[in-house]
Order: sequence, then structure tokens, then C-alpha cells
Amino acid sequence: MTHGDVFGLLAAGLVVLAVVRLLTAGDLVRRVIALNIASGGVLMVLVLVAAHSEPPDSVLHALALTGIVITVSVTGLALVLIRRIESPEHGEQPHDNEVPPDADHDDGPHDEHIQGAHGGGP
Amino acid sequence: MGVLLPMLVLGPLGGAVLLALLPARIRPWLTVGLAAALGAAVVVLVGVVAVGGVVHYQVAGWAPPLGIELLVDPFSAAMLAMTAGVSLPVLIYATGTELVRGHEAFWPLVMMLWSGLNAVYVTADLFNAYVALELMGLSAVALVILGGSSAWRAGLRYLFIAVLGSLLYLLGVALIYGQTGTLDMVGAGEVLTSGTYAFTALVMITAGMALKTALFPMHTWLPAAHAAAPSAVSPLLSALVIKASLYLLIRIWFTVFGGAAPTGLPTALGVLGCAAVVWGNVVALRQDRLKAVVSYSTVAQVGYFFLLFAYLAPALDAPAGSTQEQVALAAWTGVLVLVFSHALAKAAMFMAAGVLAIAHRSDNLNDQVGAVNRMPGTVLAFAAAGVVLAGLPPTMGFMGKWQLLQASMVGGQWWWLAVLLGGGLLTLGYTARVVRATFDRPGHAGRDQPRVVPVRMPAMSLMLTVTAVVLGFLTLPVAQFLEPVLPAGALP
Amino acid sequence: MNETMTQTSWIPVAILFTSLLPGLVIFGLRERQIRLRTWLNMAGAITKVGFVIALIPPVTSGLRLEYRYDLLPGVQLLLITDPMALLFVGLSTLLWLLTTIYAIGYLEDSPNRSRFFGFFSLCVTATAGIALSGNLITFLLFFETLTLVTYPLVAHRGTAEALRGARTYLAYTVTGGIVLLGGVAWLTAMVGPVEFRARGADEVAALATTNPTTAVAIFATLIAGLAVKAALVPVHGWLPIAMVAPAPVSALLHAVAVVKAGVFGIIRVIHDVYGVEIAANLGVLTPLAVLAGITIVYGSLRALMQDELKSRLAYSTVSQLSYITVGVSLFAVTATTGGIVHLVHQGLMKVSLFFCAGLFAEVLGLTRVSQLAGVGRRMPVSSASFTVAALGMIGIPPVAGFVSKWYLGLGGLEAGAPWVLAVLAASTLLNAAYFLPVIYVLWFKDPEEGAPWQGAASHLRRRVEAPLPLLVPAAATACLALVAGLGAGWAYSPLSLAELVAAGSYS
Repeated sequence: MTHGDVFGLLAAGLVVLAVVRLLTAGDLVRRVIALNIASGGVLMVLVLVAAHSEPPDSVLHALALTGIVITVSVTGLALVLIRRIESPEHGEQPHDNEVPPDADHDDGPHDEHIQGAHGGGP
Repeated sequence: MGVLLPMLVLGPLGGAVLLALLPARIRPWLTVGLAAALGAAVVVLVGVVAVGGVVHYQVAGWAPPLGIELLVDPFSAAMLAMTAGVSLPVLIYATGTELVRGHEAFWPLVMMLWSGLNAVYVTADLFNAYVALELMGLSAVALVILGGSSAWRAGLRYLFIAVLGSLLYLLGVALIYGQTGTLDMVGAGEVLTSGTYAFTALVMITAGMALKTALFPMHTWLPAAHAAAPSAVSPLLSALVIKASLYLLIRIWFTVFGGAAPTGLPTALGVLGCAAVVWGNVVALRQDRLKAVVSYSTVAQVGYFFLLFAYLAPALDAPAGSTQEQVALAAWTGVLVLVFSHALAKAAMFMAAGVLAIAHRSDNLNDQVGAVNRMPGTVLAFAAAGVVLAGLPPTMGFMGKWQLLQASMVGGQWWWLAVLLGGGLLTLGYTARVVRATFDRPGHAGRDQPRVVPVRMPAMSLMLTVTAVVLGFLTLPVAQFLEPVLPAGALP
Repeated sequence: MNETMTQTSWIPVAILFTSLLPGLVIFGLRERQIRLRTWLNMAGAITKVGFVIALIPPVTSGLRLEYRYDLLPGVQLLLITDPMALLFVGLSTLLWLLTTIYAIGYLEDSPNRSRFFGFFSLCVTATAGIALSGNLITFLLFFETLTLVTYPLVAHRGTAEALRGARTYLAYTVTGGIVLLGGVAWLTAMVGPVEFRARGADEVAALATTNPTTAVAIFATLIAGLAVKAALVPVHGWLPIAMVAPAPVSALLHAVAVVKAGVFGIIRVIHDVYGVEIAANLGVLTPLAVLAGITIVYGSLRALMQDELKSRLAYSTVSQLSYITVGVSLFAVTATTGGIVHLVHQGLMKVSLFFCAGLFAEVLGLTRVSQLAGVGRRMPVSSASFTVAALGMIGIPPVAGFVSKWYLGLGGLEAGAPWVLAVLAASTLLNAAYFLPVIYVLWFKDPEEGAPWQGAASHLRRRVEAPLPLLVPAAATACLALVAGLGAGWAYSPLSLAELVAAGSYS
């Protein structure tokens, strides 16, 4: 087994394990971490492919960097959302229905940041 | 004319930044103005493509593989036109009341979304497509969570799915690059050879894009997100966002992989498509909420789009002028016509559902009593959109379905017929169920005095529906515009 | 038959637009813009009548107008004016005019009239489109449109009963439409787009020779799709349920638009797609004729059991429609003539019957046969119209129905199917059994003591028994039924046109 094969298997294993966790985990933060690990696995594949050529392909390194930036911003957005969902004033909504409860803004709990003024058209 | 291409991406992106900086008061009509300008640019571009064929542009003059190449052919031009044609009415609709947009961040976010969509359509490069997908996905998630606290969970789930889909795509792109040494779609297609390596890449990309397009059974996130989003966001998500990943999948299948596609996979996609049509329609029939009905209807319609792979795959190696090529042509124009008619009708349907939900302060079917008399235009828009989706004449939906029927029968692929014919029946079933709920029922008064909705909101919905009907009589030019890029014909 | 001369023309499209445009404008009108709405309706209807009258002489002498428009590669919208098209478009146009007058009177002061008349006009547009269709795909296009635009009319009142009726109607007819779509797509896939030609299309004839099994299967699919609207047993169930619609809609559904679209399609498929000779050789006509025969007897038997007047008329429609189907599925020129002419005759008589039923219900509030005792004295004109039309249905000369039955009977003998005579005889007896009691009750039975309408009648001696917009169309259609029978020999009578069409179908 070459170094490349070992790295390849490792990357594939990381992606598979992380995706399984992402789809099955109940805890939201766990899912974010799983997403990051899956992303790490994919970026490993990119670096691995880059290492095939001599000297290593810099295009793929640039792509991996872009991928890291995107993953960071996605993680940020996800964490902000999770904090909102799990903040005490909104409470945990344990059910994860296919269709969420009443989308009617008037009856639901109000949120100053998201909800605007109510009451008809302009 | 090539300079139009980066403008289609940078224009809305700059617009988004500008809108975020400006006070909320002037955002609505400024956005509409920007949208109209973008729409005009797209009209010019479509004209250029219709006359002169493919338009290229190399950003900053750098050629591939290092530079970014942009490319618009009739297929992408049609997708750009579809995006503009749906976005502009939706934005005018959104000026109606804040209730349909959730928050004033709606305006810059829509422009960001539009930038991402356009970027997907103009790029000729596999990695830029990934960046475009992420830009589009993140804006879409942000738009969903404007729906308020009830939308946060659905939004987060959507985020996970969107990113997972993109990661699978990126994995596939890395594998393609490993074999071909280029990220240019056409260039990669010329070098790629079939084998385990290419097969793995194709499976990864197909899985990722099918996830983002919500192909059954990977669809469960869609009804949650599309139903929870604000009413001016849902039409954009259902009509446009899922089409971008579908577009990319079609591009990669036929431009990059071409004849290298293995035989089992297209049939599998067709079978999943059939399952989607049946499942989505049956579940839509059992929903009690307007927006849930419309969302599941999208799940069903996505199924029709994936039949394309099953129809086209056998035609890939067929000689010119053969029956197989004829089948491919019918399927190609048929599916694309369905994609466009779905965009118009689904946007109209969500907009009508939004108007009803705002007016009655509820999107529960039981609370829509009497709407047919009070707001006949809205109910008519919903009903006619359902007819378009059911593929009944005389609409654009029928023209698409007729082409698929011909493709099935001429090509001897009889097994898709049941779904093509039966699916429309179920679609009409849930449409009729909604319409029935809007009639007056003795002893069941509506909740309160309904809210007054600005007339431009139902008007925009009705306009899109009417467009889908009228375009039924103009399908021939659309089909002729798209014919030259029949993917099978472009293969080596 | 004269030499046919084909000419490209906008007139077929103009005929569609005479009802399409008023319909679209009416949707935008406010409820109280009654005068403008009435004006638009009448202007459209009268213009359309004008077009049709102007077309009769040139078309009977062999002029064929065509309008072609490409919808998709290989899919053409084709409108034509051959004699068959003219016969049906003439019937629908004339009855549209009368039904519009009736509907204006009938719906006075009721809500949602803009919606009603808008869809009413679309319904007539679709019917005219069906009549003028020159190929199967155009026919299908308008056939499905008709289904969809009629739904709001059936559901118009919005009551639970109306919604249920509309749902049944939609379920039946859309399913039929989908089956028809399957059949049309199948035939197109086998032989390419098929245009209507007297004595059948050549491509279909070739298919019938090379692959008769497929040709039979496609024929069965097409007829199965059409049978729903033509109300053949066992897919007739929607028709009696759909009569919850307002009376003018019932009249339109039962006499002109929906059911006739089904039978008209059957005529086109047998005579102008397959060609009657090829269809006979394929052996598909006899089963269809037998099924239609069964429907005739079954419909009459069920009509006999109904006390509700509209239900009785509805089952009578089921039965009468199959006269047309029997006629056009026998291989004999006389039978074909009888079937085709009954398309017009049944339309005139049935419209009159439904108008009268609507009059009884509207003016006196009577909906059951048993309540009609003595109404002839209170409403003599309505009762007389009803009587004329009902006698015509039974087949008493000189009303139009007699002419149809005469030709059908002769045709049955000519085609070597004497069982048709037995069916006709049985049906005539049953017709008499369910119509004569109504006539008897109307004229010869004394009004029941304390019938709710009696007091009002004696106090309020109106000069006219009912509002004129309701009464005039009812009487006019009954007179037309009489005239069509008496004047059957005239050069432009429905019978002469039907003979022209039938002669074209046989070489």
C-alpha cells in the first residue's frame, strides 16, 4: 500500500462516517461537527489528488482553500441558527415534522429580530 | 456581448451589497428596478444567443485552465430567462406586504440568490459551479429562516442538506480533475474515459445534485423548508433553486460524461423519478395546509425531470437520424418545457397560496372558506396553475408531457406511460381539493374578516399562470431554440 | 358530392374568438355591469350565428376552409370547416344563443354572474373548437379544455350537492380524457399525426392492414376515452349526478356541449380517422353498436324509475345519445345519416325539455313529475313546448325525432342488423312510458288541492306565464324541433347536411 492509498482510504472513511453521523445524529451541534469532518475528508481527497502530480498541483490547493472558507462560513451560519433554536425563550421544539407547525405569523411566538410589523398591506 | 455574462453575476451581487447598506424603506422598489434591468439584460442575451449561438467570456482575459471561463448556450440562456421571468413578478409580489417576505433582509438576500443562480448558469467551470452552488444555497437558507422561529429548524436542515450535496459534488469534481487535469467542463469531457474512477465521480455528483434537487427518497427536507419559508420565498425556492442543481446535473452528465455514463444509473434515476411522482402526488393529496400541498407537488414534479436521464441514455450512441435520436430530441425538449412550465406554474401556485394564507391568517385548507367568491382571481390562478402542472391542454405543461409520451411510445419505453398519464390525474385531484375548500360551506363561516391584500399580489400570480397557458401556444419556438444543444447530439 | 376546394382562412379562428373574447372580457366585469355583460354575450352569439349562416352555402357546395398553426414539431393546431364540423358548430352556435338568453333570465339577481358567463363563453369556445378540429390532437386539446371550463359551471351554486356533482363530473371526464390522450398519443406514435379525412386517413388504413391488432387496440382506447362524455354504459354515471348544475348548464351539458363532444368524437374516429369500411372490416363496430344498444334500453329503464323531472331527463339523455352511437357504428349510409342527424335533433328537443323543466322549477318551484298535475293550465306555452319535445323524443311524426328513428330503423335493416329495430321498438315503448305520463299529468290531471303555486296564480293573473327570456328560448327550441322534422327535405335542413356528411363517408 502506498501512502496515497492509505490517505485515500482514510479520507473515504472520514467522509462515510461523517455523512452517516450527519444524517442520523439528533443533537444539532453534533451534526455541525459531522459536517465539518465530512468537509475535511473531501478536502483531503483534493489534496491527495494534487499530490499525484510533481510538483503538487497548486490549482487544487487553491480549491481546497476556497472549500475551507466556505465550510467556515457555513459552520458560522449553522451555529447562529442552532443558538437561536435552542435559546431558552423559544424553547426546544422536540418534534421534527415533515411540515412545520402553523406558518401563520400572527399566532406563533413573536420574535423581534425576524418578525416585522403586522397588519395588512401598506 | 460577452461582457454581459459577468454582469449577470456581479450585477445582482453588487445590488445585494447596495441594498443591504440602504435604508429598508427604499429597498422594495429599488430591488424591482434592479430586477427589471437584469431582466432586460437577459432578454438581450437570449436574443444574441438566438441569432449568433454560444457566447463566451474569459474573466480578465485569462484562458482556462487557470482563468475563469463563462459560457452561455441556448440551454443556459433559457435557464437565465426562466430565472428572470419568475423573479421579477415574485419581487413585485413581495412589495405587497411585509408578511410575505418576513424581514427587510429579504431584498439583498434575493439579489444574492439571483447572483448565485446566474453564476451556476453562466459558468463553464466545474469548481466555479461549486462556489455558485454554495452562494445560492446559503442565500436560500437565509431566505428560509426569514419565515420566523417556526422556519429555523427547517432552515437548518436545509443548510445541512445543501452543504452535504455540495460536498458530494466537490468530491466528484476532485476525482474528475484527478483524471483529466482540467476543471473546464468541455475540456474534461474530451479527456474523460469510462471506468471505476469516472463512475465513482458520476455517482457522487449525481447523489449530491439529486439531494439538492430533492429527488425521492432524498426529498424530505424540501416540504419542510419550502412550506416554512415566507410566502415570497417559497416560489423562488420551488421554481428556481432546485432547477439550478438539476441544470448542473444535466450539464455534467451529458457534457462531461457523455457516452461514459453506465447503463444502470439512468434507469435507476427514471425509477426514482416515477416513485417521486407517485409519492409526492399521493402525499400532496393528504395535506391539510396549502403550502404543504404545493411543496409536495414540487416533490412529484421533480420526478418528471429525472425521466430525462432514462430517455436520453439509450440515445447516446445512436447514429444521427435514427429513431433513438428522435426519441432523445422529444425527451429533451419535453423535459425542458416541463421545467419551464413548472417554474411558472409553481411560482404562481405558491404566490396564490400565500395570498390566501395572508388574507385568512392561516394556510389551513379549512380556513379558506368563501375565497372563491371573495378572491376569485387568486383561486383561478391556483386552479389554472394546477392544470398546467397536471399537464392538461391547452397549456405549456401539456406540450411537455406530449413530447414525453411520444418519446415513450416511439422509443418503446412503455413503462413510463402509467406515471405520465396517471400523475396528471393525481395532480388535478389535489388542485380540485384545494379549489373545493374555497367554496362557501353552510354552517362553516370563515375565521374573521379577511385581510385586504394589495391587488398586485394576486395579479402577479395570475400573470404567471396565464403566461404558462399562453406559452403552450408558443412552445415550438422554445423547442427550436433549445434543439441545437441537445446533449446527445453534442457527444463525440 | 361536389369537388372539394381547400382554402386557408382565418374564419375558423374568428369563430372561436367570437365567444372567447367576450368570455375573457366578462371575467373582468363587475357584478353589476349587467347591461355590458348582456350586450357582450349577445353580440358574440349573434356574430357567431352570422358566421355560421354565411358558411352554410359555400361549405355544402364543397368549400373547405383550413387554419393551421404549428404547436410543436409534428403537432399542428388544425381547424377546418367540413360539413360535419359545420353541422356541429351550427347546432352549438344556435343553442348557445338561445341558452344565453335563457341563462340571462334564469340567473337574474343571483351572485357570481360574471364568473358564470365567463366560463359559459369559454365552454362554448371549447365546443366550437371541438366542432372545427381538423386532427386528433386539436380535438383532444379542446376536448380537455371543455372538461375543465365546465367544472366551475357544474359547481356554480357551491352547495355541498353541487360540489359533489362537480367532483364526480371531473373525476369521470378527466379520467376519460387521460385515456383518450393515451389513445391519441399511441396512434400518433404509430403512424404520425392523423388528420380527419372523409373515409378515413390513409396512414390508419395502412396500419389496419399491417397490424390489425394494434389498430383494434388503439380504436378501443380512443372509444373508451370518448365513451365517458358520450355516456355509454358503464361510464355514464356522472351524467345524472352532474344535473345539479343550474338549468341552463344542464341544458348545455346534456344537449350541446359535453355529451355531444363525446359522440362527435366517436363519429370522427369511426368515419374520419379509421373510415367506416376499415372499422367494419376490423370488426370493431358491432361490439360498439351492441354496447350502445344496451345503453339505449338501460337508460330508458332507469328514466322510467325517476320521479325527479331532471333525473328522468338525464337518463333519457343517456339513452338518446346512444341512438347516435348506434347509427354511426352501423355499416350503412342510412344508419349513419340517422345517427348524425339525431345529433342535431336530440340537441333541439333535449334543450327544450331542460328549459321547460327549469321553467317549472323556477316559476312554480316544482321539480317532481308527481307535482306537475294541472300545470298545463297555469303555464300553457311551457307545457306545450314540453309536450312537443317529448313527443319528438318518443318519435311521433312530424317532430324531428321521428326522422331520426326512421333513418336509424331503415339503416339497421340495410346494415343487416335487424336487432336494431327491436332495440328501437323497445326504446320507443319505454320513451312513451316515461314521457306520456308527464304529458298526461301536465294537461289532464286536476291540480292538487292546496298546491303552493295555485293561490299565487289566481291572485296574480299575469299576462305572461313566465319571464320572457325563459319562455321564448323554450318555445323556440320546441318550434325548431318541429320545423326540423317538417322541413327535413329542405336543401339546408339538418337532414340534408347529415345526408351530405354520410354520403362522404361511403365510397
